[in-house]
Amino acid sequence: MNASMSYLDGNAAAGELSRIFATDVTSAEGQCANCGAKGRFAETHLYMQCPGLVARCALCEHVLLRLVNVRRRVYLDLSGMTYLAFGMDE
Amino acid sequence: MEGTAVLERVIWRTATVVGLHDETPTARTLALAVRDWPGHVAGQHVDVRLTAADGYSAVRSYSIASAPSSDGRIELTVERLPNGEVSPYLTRQVVVGDELEVRGPIGRWFVWRPEQQTPIQLVAGGSGIVPLMAMLRSRNSIDSTAPFRLLYSVREPGAIFYRDELRALSSRGDSVVVTYAYTRVTPKDWPRPAGRIDAELIASQTWLSNLRPNSYVCGPTSFVEHATELLIAAGYDRETIRTERFGATGDRK
Repeated sequence: MNASMSYLDGNAAAGELSRIFATDVTSAEGQCANCGAKGRFAETHLYMQCPGLVARCALCEHVLLRLVNVRRRVYLDLSGMTYLAFGMDE
Repeated sequence: MEGTAVLERVIWRTATVVGLHDETPTARTLALAVRDWPGHVAGQHVDVRLTAADGYSAVRSYSIASAPSSDGRIELTVERLPNGEVSPYLTRQVVVGDELEVRGPIGRWFVWRPEQQTPIQLVAGGSGIVPLMAMLRSRNSIDSTAPFRLLYSVREPGAIFYRDELRALSSRGDSVVVTYAYTRVTPKDWPRPAGRIDAELIASQTWLSNLRPNSYVCGPTSFVEHATELLIAAGYDRETIRTERFGATGDRK
């Protein structure tokens, strides 16, 4: 399979992320720390063929989020985003 | 949404299979009664977890096909993938009365809400029809007058899900229009040869961009990319297009 075609979108990570976040992540707006693009988490490119989840910027493919389960701990790396904004009334 | 719905935790719930119905030779609809189901919005999905006797578990995401309702029931339509871990079980072995674990509803972005009045363009590739069918059913269940168009790309006539219901929904006047596009085999005397959707089909069968439609595109990743680029080339604003992709190996949908 072509690597560029092997991604899903951020929607597919929402179930796993619901273990951590109390509110929906797919409609949250984030900003890429590399290119500055803003977009909904649902629009990120999600790679699941790895030990965890990796979400990349839909424009520049910079890694925005990494989530890895190691034994009974979940490691969440959000360093690829400058912020993630949640609409609390959606 | 009501405040309580926002704060509802997404947790694993027990679901009992209460009905089974084959849509095509390879796809089956499962009706589930979910304990303490909080309700959903059209377009949302659930995760389904199967756990073997030895403790091994597998989780897959499936879109909800049914309209929102308050009876604690949802329907999923699952396409059987040849090398899938979960879909062969759900489409062949499950029987009424079996219990599954379900987590959801999930996602508040790829959704159609009853208060939306703008023209809606739905574009489905294969089993990508499932969440879009929930939107059509939701529209119908509340007697919405929002104009809907569906462009549904399938391999062949026998691969169409919900055929009779789509015919009924689109025969009540002109506010729901369904167009089929066949990629491998067409019905006899079909005007368009088999093939991928293209600019000409988009131009003739989808809303004109100056009507400011909102669109929802769901299907395999390559289909979603192709369809989205065609819509943008036809003048659609990228901001108005929402997409949901699934992979051929991920058992998604």
